[in-house]
Amino acid sequence: MSRPRGLAEAIDVLRADPAAVPLGGGTDLLVALRAGERSVRHVVALRRVEELAGVTTGPDAVDLGAGLTWAGMEAQVGATLPALAAAARAVGSPQARNAGTLGGNLGSAAITGSTLPVLLALDAGVEVAGPAGTRTVPAGDLVRGPGDVALHAGEIVTRVRIPRARGPQQFLKVGQRGSVITAVAQVALVLDLGARRVRCGVGAATPVAFRPRAAERAAEAAIDWDAVTADPDLPRRFGALVAADRPPLDDLRASAAYRRHAVAVLAERALARALAA
Amino acid sequence: MTRGPRIGDPAPRPDGPDKVTGRFPYSSDLRAPGMLWGAAVRSPHASARIVGIDPAPALALEGVAAVLTADDVPGRPTYGLAVADQPAFARDLVRHHGEAVAVVAAATPDLARRAARAVAVDYAPLDPLTDPAAAVTAAPLHPNGNVFRHLIVRRGDVAAAAADPDLVTVEDTYEVGRQDPAFLGLESGLAVPAADGGVDLAVSTQFLHADRDQVAASLGLAPERVRLTLAGVGGAFGGREDLTLHLHLCLLALRTGRPVGMAYDRSESFVGHVTRHPARMWYRHRATRDGTLVSVEARVLLDGGAYQSTSAAVLANACCFAAGPYRVPHALVEGWAVRTNHPPAGALRGFGIPQVCFAHESQMDALAAALGVDPVDLRRRNALAPGDALLTGQRITGTAPAVACLDAAVAHPLPAPPDDDPLRRPGGTGLATGPGDVRRGVGVAMAFKNLMYSEGLQDLSTASVRLAVDGGELVATVHCAAAEVGQGFVTLAQQIVRTELGVDRVVLRAADTSIGEAGSSSASRQSWMSGGAVAAACAGVRDEVLARVAAGRGGRGEAFALRDGEVVSRDGGLRLPLAEVVGADPVEAVRVFTHADTAPLDADGQGDAHVAFVFTAHRAVVDVDPALGSVQVVQIATGQDIGRALNPLAVTGQLEGGIAQGLGLALLEDVVTREGRVATRTFQDYLVPTALDVGDVVATLIEEPEPGAPYGAKGVGEAPTLSSIPAVVAAVRAATGRRLRRVPVRPAHVALGEDGVAPFVVPGGPAAPPGVVTGPEGPLAKPALTDPPGVAELPGGEGGA
Repeated sequence: MSRPRGLAEAIDVLRADPAAVPLGGGTDLLVALRAGERSVRHVVALRRVEELAGVTTGPDAVDLGAGLTWAGMEAQVGATLPALAAAARAVGSPQARNAGTLGGNLGSAAITGSTLPVLLALDAGVEVAGPAGTRTVPAGDLVRGPGDVALHAGEIVTRVRIPRARGPQQFLKVGQRGSVITAVAQVALVLDLGARRVRCGVGAATPVAFRPRAAERAAEAAIDWDAVTADPDLPRRFGALVAADRPPLDDLRASAAYRRHAVAVLAERALARALAA
Repeated sequence: MTRGPRIGDPAPRPDGPDKVTGRFPYSSDLRAPGMLWGAAVRSPHASARIVGIDPAPALALEGVAAVLTADDVPGRPTYGLAVADQPAFARDLVRHHGEAVAVVAAATPDLARRAARAVAVDYAPLDPLTDPAAAVTAAPLHPNGNVFRHLIVRRGDVAAAAADPDLVTVEDTYEVGRQDPAFLGLESGLAVPAADGGVDLAVSTQFLHADRDQVAASLGLAPERVRLTLAGVGGAFGGREDLTLHLHLCLLALRTGRPVGMAYDRSESFVGHVTRHPARMWYRHRATRDGTLVSVEARVLLDGGAYQSTSAAVLANACCFAAGPYRVPHALVEGWAVRTNHPPAGALRGFGIPQVCFAHESQMDALAAALGVDPVDLRRRNALAPGDALLTGQRITGTAPAVACLDAAVAHPLPAPPDDDPLRRPGGTGLATGPGDVRRGVGVAMAFKNLMYSEGLQDLSTASVRLAVDGGELVATVHCAAAEVGQGFVTLAQQIVRTELGVDRVVLRAADTSIGEAGSSSASRQSWMSGGAVAAACAGVRDEVLARVAAGRGGRGEAFALRDGEVVSRDGGLRLPLAEVVGADPVEAVRVFTHADTAPLDADGQGDAHVAFVFTAHRAVVDVDPALGSVQVVQIATGQDIGRALNPLAVTGQLEGGIAQGLGLALLEDVVTREGRVATRTFQDYLVPTALDVGDVVATLIEEPEPGAPYGAKGVGEAPTLSSIPAVVAAVRAATGRRLRRVPVRPAHVALGEDGVAPFVVPGGPAAPPGVVTGPEGPLAKPALTDPPGVAELPGGEGGA
């Protein structure tokens, strides 16, 4: 195991050993190791990497270190990014929230990951660093499939930059239990009053979290942006459009029929709450 | 010495602080110098022929000490609690996913697991038999056949009773999923080879002597050469009645000559121990217009999995108690427990009754709706009372406070309406449910269950109490093989000795097989049986003490009594400190305790098969988000028949824990199988209730002392799990109007209204027509089925199917 203290050192270690695996809080990796689903020879623990720490709130953007834990998100971004704070609060147990990180959640790209749908709705940019330098990947381009992130060899997620938007944010998640539960569907929604845009992120219902563009466009067109009101039936129509965007997963946790239904309900409620806020 | 808790006092657990602070040594904490670690090689298939097993790749790893297979079992190749039909290792045929094929010993746990993966097993997969309804007529999976038991309970004349055209009839089909014991302390133990060629095994278990006898038979050793000691148990609930790693550990220790430890992980545990029997049930209730039950017909099909375990006794419970705690003049119950290629099912808290309780209480609600009467009134009107007869014809001679339980449960004030705390709403931290999305529902259910073993099974417990003086202070030492699995026998034994002998310092020896058996910590029996044995041993000590005093004075023993640590004469003229009487010559008594005999069931399922009965009732209040199907249990109120609360603190623990396990089955807990393979691997998908999910538990204890029971107490380990299940489901139905004929209720069942329950198929008979009101026709209790061999010793190995 390597424990680099700086970003350059971390990247050097990862470049030198292509089999090395970066470790955030370990809440995904250790479970996979113990279940025998993964076997890892070299772990690069990133907790001590200074460049991954901290939250900076500027006038135009909030900048989050990839090492920020769920507990850190809950405590530090509640005022600026309430949807992200709510998503963090809904993750696992207190122990898991003290360990799991923003970067780790993005990097492991689990179907049920809670950050990506929120970052989609927040229009976030993900900063990654590697041997070839630093670049920014739009949140929507980061994950190609379950466990498959668009990172080059030796690259890690370093920071997430979220443009500040005026307007309500919502996050809703449904699972089979009230806490410590893997999501069956989750929906994040941002009503961007300045840009007059509706942005929605849907997670855990499909192999990769997505933005239901057609539903967003329809909602934007139907909202009276000056009064921030809409036809009372709009949320229901919006929910139906979101659920129709693409076919949902069918697995042990929930049938496709239930997921389609749940996504519609969550999206409807998210928009209704945002319009009522 | 401070005065310790007596019978009736709230007695905190002696091991409580250590358990809460992480210091309690569980069976997984056992270590020995030079020890090896074992790991099992398990079948990835539900059904397969074993073409070959090559241990060479495992043995080639440095640090691997042994690989054992069926060829290495020196004694009986099979084991089992009732019938030895389960192989120590599959030899030619694998009958369930996760069945052990071999076991390895290696220097470290990790190496052992790697070595287990390295053993090359060549399987030829077969089509698994996964439909219990098809098992009766399918090709036998085992030389003993596919029917563990077929049982009929016939009372009155159902057909004649049904002729009355004025009766109201309700009929439906119900299903129960596969609940796992899900104890937190996974299977683990340590076996140490002994100089006499025997073996010492420390293991977490519920029944040391049954383990010992099965292990000894397969090791080919005399039972006294196999010595078991109870190691720290992290929960049991029935899932530790059967052997798991016991025999593998002992085989490895004897082969390697070194101590061997073993510990399952959660995925292995799901396939390595018994679960509750998944059930399919068809019911038809008939009642008069004024709400008096006339008849109950039921068919109960239990999926027993690949091996018998306790399936026969579980089926008897399901059938004997199929109608619930009600007067039913006419009944016809037919039950099957069958073999499939699923992992074995066996004992689990409630032992066959949770399944039928869900069905009979759902039926009672349906009947109340059909009659247009209050469901509580319907239950009260038909509830059993002392002197009434069960479906088996047995009359209740003890207490039967069914109505008192029901009245107490519904007398609790209802909880406040939903508040503003979003975490208390359905869906909790997901924040998906708004204040306007919640509907509240209330449901009520009741149940009863037998205490102790039934059907004439031998049932006894042994205890010794030794009174000595140590440093001028009296010390009582208790020895009993009763397994402490969390139920509180360790506390109760001390309370009994303090009460009977007036001695405050009570030491409990480790439970082991150096004393006679205590029976299993199951069937809500240890307070009655081992509590009775300890009380009897105390009486023996007292008699000896009084005889000593009398002998010393040339008088008669009964002239004296033992009171608060003193021997006093009846007239009060003489007071002798007990310590003085005992002096340097300790007093010891060993006693065996039994209960009144029970009888087998006859061909019509009639007979006095049970000892005593415990009654219970639950009222559940739930908040439901009907659109998403999320359910939040707000409150469970219960009235619990207890006879007498010997340790009110432990009773509270049993009520809260049992209710949590009941609502777990109602809403969450299900081991999912796909083509026979267990798909649920971890607690990420096997969902047990968290503290947030359980809601408030409010309880009233009904204390009517049970005649014949030590201290009048009834065991309460199982009752809280029974009617909490249907009460929760009834509350969800009340909130949503959904039918919900399967547990656990899934969000999709509520949100989409589809519970996935197919019409009941009569095993070996014609398929039932679809629909609610028509149901399966054709005669109940066809005589075509033959019973399986009663006690089948498998000749020279377990053979082929």
